[in-house]
Amino acid sequence: MSTDYNNILSRLCFHLKQLSSPDVVIVPETDLINELAIDSVKLLSLVMEIEDEFDISVPLNVLADVQTVHELANLIYQIKSQNK
Amino acid sequence: MSLLDKLDAVAAARKALLPEGLEVFGTPIEEVYSATEARIGDRRILFLGTNNYLGLTFAPECLRAAHEAIDREGTGTTGSRMANGSYSGHRALEREFAEFYHCQSGIVFTTGYQANLAMISGLAGAGDVVLIDGDSHASVYDGCRLSGAEIIRFRHNDVSDMEKRLKRLGERSKSTLIIAEGIYSMLGDQAPLAEIVRVKNAYNSILLLDEAHSLGVLGKTGQGLAEETGLTDGVDFITGTFSKSLGSIGGYCVSNHPQLDQLRYVSRPYIFTASPSPATIASTRAALKLLRDGTELRRQLWQNSRQLYARLDGLGYRLGPQPGPVIANILDSPQQALMLWKGLLDHGIYVNLILPPAAPEGKALVRCSVSAAHTSEQMDHVGNIFAELRKSIFQ
Repeated sequence: MSTDYNNILSRLCFHLKQLSSPDVVIVPETDLINELAIDSVKLLSLVMEIEDEFDISVPLNVLADVQTVHELANLIYQIKSQNK
Repeated sequence: MSLLDKLDAVAAARKALLPEGLEVFGTPIEEVYSATEARIGDRRILFLGTNNYLGLTFAPECLRAAHEAIDREGTGTTGSRMANGSYSGHRALEREFAEFYHCQSGIVFTTGYQANLAMISGLAGAGDVVLIDGDSHASVYDGCRLSGAEIIRFRHNDVSDMEKRLKRLGERSKSTLIIAEGIYSMLGDQAPLAEIVRVKNAYNSILLLDEAHSLGVLGKTGQGLAEETGLTDGVDFITGTFSKSLGSIGGYCVSNHPQLDQLRYVSRPYIFTASPSPATIASTRAALKLLRDGTELRRQLWQNSRQLYARLDGLGYRLGPQPGPVIANILDSPQQALMLWKGLLDHGIYVNLILPPAAPEGKALVRCSVSAAHTSEQMDHVGNIFAELRKSIFQ
């Protein structure tokens, strides 16, 4: 993965840290729902923040397939790449 | 997890949140006495959680029309609009809706939910985009999913956020359906329609406005927010429901786009649902006349709404951003909302309880719906009970 992906992953982890308890360690394989307890309402609110930060729009349709931090970071990376 | 295990998990989550024996959702209503009073269990209650904004469910004109239609045409059509379910009444109601809105044509659906499903999935498809307000009704979300179009949300009532997303779409903004609501069902606030229309014109998109909660409530003749703001011509498609101000069940869409009629041949929710019963159509036609001439009903509705909103605001309840017949009390936790809901019911007042994830931003709501059939004394009484509960629950 490129530096862009790593940058996205790092920023995403920063946002997720605000939503989870301080002792949780967030890695790419972390499950958003089962490990971070990010429910659908929190996820949509997180997506809004990410959209602003990366100047992209994330369609709701593709969010249903996202389970881990890596999958969300990769989705953002793919959308950003398409917009270039 | 098996299919049935998933349902068990839902049941366990519900049980953890709600006390045993309390029927918060699907509360059994034993008898209905009028547009505003009923019996739940052994208690006579005041309805403050219906969508009966004009109080027309017992209007003699509507009752008579429904009775006559049953005697004349039977209890049901037993078929879809596409097949044997288009009686003269269905076609007449479509003409009457089109005339009411001064539009070229109208379509009648079996429910308001189906109207949104049918319109959104008929208009947009794979490769198109639907741009929706974050607080949209479930029927909007479900219609979008059914359409197969790309679904993008903007922040609730934030037109600059909406425009940002249209800008990102580039040329695709021309194949984008924007969806807003006249009055939002959760917080009772109105869409900033003038700004939405300006932006949608700038990006050559199409706008669908759902007037479900604003029909009969806003505008000189009760058309809704588009009439209230003088922007009917700026909206491409208007949808709405019969199950609120019109006191029956069903839905509609009106438009000046001649393509509206083609939806009858491509929209699966329209094609594959049985049409409204003759009694429903007849009472709705009678109610539409009363709604159109209902200046006094709207005056009373707004007087009641402002009275209750001001009282609850004065008591320190956190409310939706603007007064209207939908008055949402925003609570920080489901437990607080549940205590308020139960306290009101124990005092003979029925309201709606809305818990996460249905409530916006993870909050819980106790939602009051005001009717023109309520009296000023009833609004006073409700205010007094809210005052009493504020002391016992929150202090």
